[in-house]
Amino acid sequence: MERLIKKFENKLVSQGLVGKGDLLIGARDVIPSWNDSNHPVRHIIEPIFVDINCNSVFYAIPAEPYRTIIAYLAGKSPDGRILPKDSETRTFLHELPVIDKMTSESIVERLRCRKCVITADGGIVTFGTVSPEQAFVTYSSVCFATFVKYFDDYRRAVRAGSATAEDERIFTTVCETVKPVPACKDHILTRGAFSREKDVLTAIAEAGRLTVDYGLVDSYFGNISYRMGETLYISQTGSSLDELTGSLIDPCPLDGSSCVGMTASSELSAHHAIVTGSDARCVLHGHPRFAVIESMDCQDVSCPYHGRCHIFCPKDRSVGHIPIVSGEIGTGKHGLCTTVPAALSRTDGVIVYGHGVFTTGIRDFNKAFQSLVTIERFCFDHYFSTVHVP
Amino acid sequence: MSTKGLRKSIMYGWTGKILHIDLTTKRTECECPGEEVYHQWLGGKGLAGFFMRDNCTRRWNDPLMPLIVCTGPLVDTQSPTSGRCSIMSRSPLTGTVGDTSVGGAFGTELKRAGWDGVIITGRSESLCGIDIDDSRVTFVDAAETRGMTVSAMTARLVTRGEKGSCAVVGPAADNGVYYANIMVDGRHTAGRNGLGLVMYSKGCRYIRVRGSGKTTVADKDALRSAVNDVNRLIDASPALTGRFGIAQWGTAALYDLMDARRMMPTANFRKTYFPPARQNNAFAFHRVYHPVSYGCRGCHIRCKKNAEDGTPLPEFESLSHFSALLENSDIRTTYNANRFCNEMGMDTISAAATIACYCEIEKQSPSASDILMFLRQAVQGQGDGRLLAQGSARMSRERGLPETSMTVKDQELPAYDPRGAYGMALGYVTSTRGGCHLRAYPIAHEILRKPVATDRFSFEGKARINKITEDINAVVDSLTACKFVFFAATLEEYAHVLSAVSGIKVTAQDLMRCGERIDYNERMMNAVNGFSCDHDDLPNRFFTESGSGSSTYEVPPLDRDAFLAARSSYYIIRGLDHRGLPTRAKTNTIGLEWKD
Repeated sequence: MERLIKKFENKLVSQGLVGKGDLLIGARDVIPSWNDSNHPVRHIIEPIFVDINCNSVFYAIPAEPYRTIIAYLAGKSPDGRILPKDSETRTFLHELPVIDKMTSESIVERLRCRKCVITADGGIVTFGTVSPEQAFVTYSSVCFATFVKYFDDYRRAVRAGSATAEDERIFTTVCETVKPVPACKDHILTRGAFSREKDVLTAIAEAGRLTVDYGLVDSYFGNISYRMGETLYISQTGSSLDELTGSLIDPCPLDGSSCVGMTASSELSAHHAIVTGSDARCVLHGHPRFAVIESMDCQDVSCPYHGRCHIFCPKDRSVGHIPIVSGEIGTGKHGLCTTVPAALSRTDGVIVYGHGVFTTGIRDFNKAFQSLVTIERFCFDHYFSTVHVP
Repeated sequence: MSTKGLRKSIMYGWTGKILHIDLTTKRTECECPGEEVYHQWLGGKGLAGFFMRDNCTRRWNDPLMPLIVCTGPLVDTQSPTSGRCSIMSRSPLTGTVGDTSVGGAFGTELKRAGWDGVIITGRSESLCGIDIDDSRVTFVDAAETRGMTVSAMTARLVTRGEKGSCAVVGPAADNGVYYANIMVDGRHTAGRNGLGLVMYSKGCRYIRVRGSGKTTVADKDALRSAVNDVNRLIDASPALTGRFGIAQWGTAALYDLMDARRMMPTANFRKTYFPPARQNNAFAFHRVYHPVSYGCRGCHIRCKKNAEDGTPLPEFESLSHFSALLENSDIRTTYNANRFCNEMGMDTISAAATIACYCEIEKQSPSASDILMFLRQAVQGQGDGRLLAQGSARMSRERGLPETSMTVKDQELPAYDPRGAYGMALGYVTSTRGGCHLRAYPIAHEILRKPVATDRFSFEGKARINKITEDINAVVDSLTACKFVFFAATLEEYAHVLSAVSGIKVTAQDLMRCGERIDYNERMMNAVNGFSCDHDDLPNRFFTESGSGSSTYEVPPLDRDAFLAARSSYYIIRGLDHRGLPTRAKTNTIGLEWKD
């Protein structure tokens, strides 16, 4: 298990999700192994292995700005729950329990019901049943969900005139560590079109890595595809966009003549509809934070669909020129597989409410990546044009 | 009907009543177990195991050996995929606990009739049927149905479009096939383990049930919210509702994947890749048979596929074993073999694997007509049919070539080669009902990448993972939900469903504790019947012969030392001793009674 512990320790640090030394990972087959046997809270975390039927546990104080954000939200959750409204939380996390005492008992009590618990100091405790990777995914999702919620909530508070001086002070602190994604040069990625499978796989891996490097997606979310002839190559479900190799990319025949793509991304149906309904060969889907935050900025509280915007929003919404559509993950009757392809027939980038961004390219991933960067940078600027840092 | 036990209290989810039927005396009795029994054992296979324990050392054909059918607390509610029931007895094929989860409408009708379970003991003098109409039970002479096919029997019992459900045994049971199934509503299989033969040994041809009640739910709003959470995950699941998921293609969708991963058992597991696989895949079946989807009661995924004429198309296991395992590329033979087994009430996995073993012994490659001939012989006892009817383990031992039987505890292995998925290799041997993929179900993380992907060519961590997933699946079979939905949802969501239905606050970890108890109870029953580490082993082939690699990777034989180390780790984690046997100490910690 040491190998997996090391892998996820490195991943958390390299992605800026946790500061070095602020992390405790335990994983076990027969007996637990730890990344830091002398960690000061090990005696609190270790009993989780007794009471929770799991194979790994994480405890970490997130890096800034997540640390401040999570501690702030935890302090504002009198009923002991943080309830973000992004799609990852809605679908997978449901809610983020908060405890005010850092004891084994209070942690275990919440972990018996949910995938994670947030401690009053802004720490996150989570676990995996089959792999430390589950704990990593949950941890990463909590960081994303709380980030989005924080910025969305703060703007609402400012507009409502309810933001206090303390709120403004914290917002200023948070913003000191929040930067826009960097601009990118043209043709930063290998030029296409590609006509050999190995070139397709290489191009997908390259674009996936860069998408993570630019912070446009947390590595376990998002997906990417390229159409070559009558085959759509797409990243597998739950694959890390920064670790894509040939074995993590499914070749799916467009005519459905083989089900080998059963492990393909949950957004395969959307990708399929996009590449068969347009000239696009490639599709890139990331979760850039400010695009997601901007997608949730609707001020019409009298709307009959208020609170159900992610599936029922009837409006023609956009941020700047970028369309915003509703749609759930996957294929249900409210699935984004119906809304996104229709929107992308008119543009090369679309934001899904509370979820992420889809972009396309005709020959290679340069245009799709450039669009993703441009949309996020535009949304970043747009947010701070509506909310000023005090 | 007499009543014993505690008086039924008001419960949500459960009916609080168990029906006992003695086929020798044709008497019935109603038992009302205490609520604590339900809280400890949930329903389905958990509750069945609770009732099974005191009788577990009886022979499978002892009249006092019970055949137990139990529904779960979520059955007949809005809970997704929860219209199932579990059937348990002692397996004629393996000698272990024998159990099976089955869909269709039987569980729902039984629950609506007011029963959480029915326990059948005794032996009818002549072949009979049991009619359960709410609280009324009648016995019907069925002597003239001997030899009747499953579809004919079903058509006689349940009129399409009308209420009611039936569980029947077919000609395979009539003729003593050790892997005879119980068939529900003509097309849902209570398979593996030969429980059809147990039912037939009691002189029971069928059970028909009709219920007019309705299961009460404690908190309908909370249930609606919990169901929405589950359904959202189903919609987000590639394996369930994705473009290549089972809603679209049935479980046959797995066929291409297994072949691509080089773990499709071929030629009696001598190879793991079948070049003509595409001639038998789900797409090929769609082109030839134009399937229509249907589902079990209470399931909107609808993974079952019928041909236009109403004949069920093969599930993945049947499809793989009737093609690759027998090196048969003719889609019509695959279809006909599957259809024949269903009509006869015979397990497709064991039937195909037994033929594959027979052909290896006889050093022959079966033709399409050979395959259908062997199946007929097994049912009719002609030619070598008597041998084939016993399953490959007994047959190969009788022929002096036991190494040709690809079984664990005498049960034929399903269509996932263990050299291509090491968690599966371990799961096969620790399964409490013999070679079975469904106890630990490592396919979820080793192939389908859910909840996350694990390295399929490594034993690292697999002992702990299998223990946990066995516990989870014991819960699933007790609730009684469908395992497929757990490619998407988790016990976290189902705990909320159960809490809403029952009105009792339940957490995922509470349920896993139940799962641990349910699994351990089965190990205790197996242990008193002589099962130990000596039986927790794979055929030697998997340790000595390679599978069929690809241009990018090899499929080497399993490392025996690594396998044994993982098995030892599993024993420790499960709380067994070094021989794989339950311990008094562990028993005490999980609320079970130790019996010397």
